[in-house]
Amino acid sequence: MYLAKVYVTLKPTVNDPQGITVLGGLKSLGFDSVEEVRVGKYLEVRIAAPERSQAEAKVTEMCRELLANPVIEEFRFELEEASPRPGG
Amino acid sequence: MRFGIVVFPGTWSDTDCYYQVKDILGQDADYVWHREESLAGYDCVILPGGFSYGDYLRAGAIARFSPVMAALNKFAGGGGLVIGICNGFQVLCEAGLLPGVLMRNQHLEYRCQWTNLRTERTDTPFSRRCPPERPLLVPVSHGEGNYYAAPDTLARLEGEGRVLFRYCEPDGTVTAAANPNGSSHNIAGIVNEAGNVLGMMPHPERSCEPLLGSADGNLIFESVIDAVAVGGRN
Repeated sequence: MYLAKVYVTLKPTVNDPQGITVLGGLKSLGFDSVEEVRVGKYLEVRIAAPERSQAEAKVTEMCRELLANPVIEEFRFELEEASPRPGG
Repeated sequence: MRFGIVVFPGTWSDTDCYYQVKDILGQDADYVWHREESLAGYDCVILPGGFSYGDYLRAGAIARFSPVMAALNKFAGGGGLVIGICNGFQVLCEAGLLPGVLMRNQHLEYRCQWTNLRTERTDTPFSRRCPPERPLLVPVSHGEGNYYAAPDTLARLEGEGRVLFRYCEPDGTVTAAANPNGSSHNIAGIVNEAGNVLGMMPHPERSCEPLLGSADGNLIFESVIDAVAVGGRN
């Protein structure tokens, strides 16, 4: 069992109005030193696979096919060995 | 002619589309549940607006895995006419039937308002009845209608004349102020390379009789009815 921590972020070339709005919010709270905010998504995917390389390949496939939209987004993930969920 | 109106869990404009094509325009129409595996027998398939699958992950992202989407690919591949409205446009982009993506509105607000649409060409099955001399008055209602595509894709769309509708002023001028969501090039609707699949954010079914403030949305479906009558499909 592996746990993939997947980060989906906008490509650097894509404008991020949400990030700009959050940046404005932080500045208005007095966090003057903040220079940029980019908003993305974080997903945790538990996957049963006998070997790390197979889990890696599967998660990459998932990202390409569904979790990220290649027109505007990029993805990366960390893979760690995990015990099955209690009761699951 | 016969319209098929696809219903996903979370679709909400299906009954408006049905009312327009059946009651206003007098055509045959059926609701098509998303588990259906065939679209045989339809002349035009509509993907209506709404929040299919709750917009989870990304608008339209999950709907594209419904069985009906395989049928839609086949239907569109065979030259069948397809109109994706609002969430339907998002689904078509996610499914790769149209290029680009509908992002969060530039100003982050949900916009429900009238828009003027300049018809860029009237030689398509979706626009042959649209008057070239004036814009159509059709409302938008969305939070994610900000059309984005990579610069080369945009250039290709423009070069091939595939931008069908553009947000404009009442006099037809395309301005930033007339753009309700920040869409690239004020794009409100595009067609695929073969010209038989249209995606648009504005809702023609919500401008189907004068009581609603405009009947201009009928022009789009009347165009389709015309096109089918003269064999514009298959």
